[in-house]
Amino acid sequence: MKIKASSLKLCNPVHLCVFFLMLVWPLVAWAHVESGQAGGFVSGLSHPVSGLDHVLAMIAVGLWGAQLGSPAMWLLPVAFPMMMAFGGMLGLIGIPVPGIEVGIAVSGIVLGALILGETKMPIIGALLVVGFFAIFHGHAHGTELEAGQNAMLYSLGFVICTGTLHAIGIAMGLVHRWPSGRLVLRVAGSLVMAGGLFFLWSALA
Amino acid sequence: MRKTGKLIVPTLALTVLSPHAAVAHLVTSGLGPFYDGALHLAISPEDLLGLIAVTLLAGLCGSRASRLTVFVLPLAWLAAGLVGLILPVTIYLPWLSILSFLVMGVLVAANPKFHPNTIAALAGILGVIHGLFNGSALAAIGAGPMALAGIGVTLFVIALLVSALVVSLRASWTRIAVRVAGSWIAAVGMLMFGWLVKGTG
Repeated sequence: MKIKASSLKLCNPVHLCVFFLMLVWPLVAWAHVESGQAGGFVSGLSHPVSGLDHVLAMIAVGLWGAQLGSPAMWLLPVAFPMMMAFGGMLGLIGIPVPGIEVGIAVSGIVLGALILGETKMPIIGALLVVGFFAIFHGHAHGTELEAGQNAMLYSLGFVICTGTLHAIGIAMGLVHRWPSGRLVLRVAGSLVMAGGLFFLWSALA
Repeated sequence: MRKTGKLIVPTLALTVLSPHAAVAHLVTSGLGPFYDGALHLAISPEDLLGLIAVTLLAGLCGSRASRLTVFVLPLAWLAAGLVGLILPVTIYLPWLSILSFLVMGVLVAANPKFHPNTIAALAGILGVIHGLFNGSALAAIGAGPMALAGIGVTLFVIALLVSALVVSLRASWTRIAVRVAGSWIAAVGMLMFGWLVKGTG
């Protein structure tokens, strides 16, 4: 099947330049409501990725799960959102958790160290470690709903984003099946640990 | 043949000259409330999460549990909805609505091996709770059984699709993904309890 020359007109350099000019020159889209219910979902989605300390910990959970293999790989991402939501609920009903920022920073250090050391642990122990730190993350972030937004959609977005970060961690951690991948994973663990130390320094300073 | 051809023109003219009302549109067909009800589930996360959680649970427990759920859930929802429509007071207990999908989410995450009748009973309880609240809310805004019928048909279709999808899953990781979805629903429920206590939910 031959392609006619006329059908390739879009490849004309002038047309391409006009096309790219249009792409880089977007106007404001007024088609969407950026407040209220839709805003609540987007706020929830964007909240977990708004702080590097949280992103590091959530990806580290996925990395460690992948390193531990099944069933931990799947059970840790089941436990983390539930315990995180439990922490968020504690914050919302006014039960204080001491040392929130320190707890979040220490979660990075501990999870990074566990990945660095390729630490094997019984599944109950791994669930307890992850669940304990998830409470700090939930307490810090679950309560920050902006006025006028829908709490249900905010919560949905928040939980979906957290789960997606775990999935990214698991996907990255799958390199563990190759010898060089194991090394890469341990290096990633050391980076998470270094990040945790930095955040601990910031929390205590 | 020529005689038949001659008859076509006057028949067509007569048909054109005697039109009936077009009932293809919602205004004339009276199906507006039906579609309002059908859309209701899509814009009511509380109802939708409960529905999805119980159908995920039914799917995890097998085809017999799913078959029972697909019929018990809409029937219970509709029956309770009709009761809600005739009640003189508006009933809405947000904590019960949240608790219903929170418990279902926890059950999906835990993946217990329940008997199909137990799953059907759970689906019935969930249907009664949400149906009663739906019917009561519809009565408050003056909507009738047609809106309820729209809700019933939509939830039957969603229940059928979700449970059939889960029953068909064979790879272990896909069934674990279903359990992860259950944990997310439970997590949303816990956060919603917090918001409720705080007075924001």
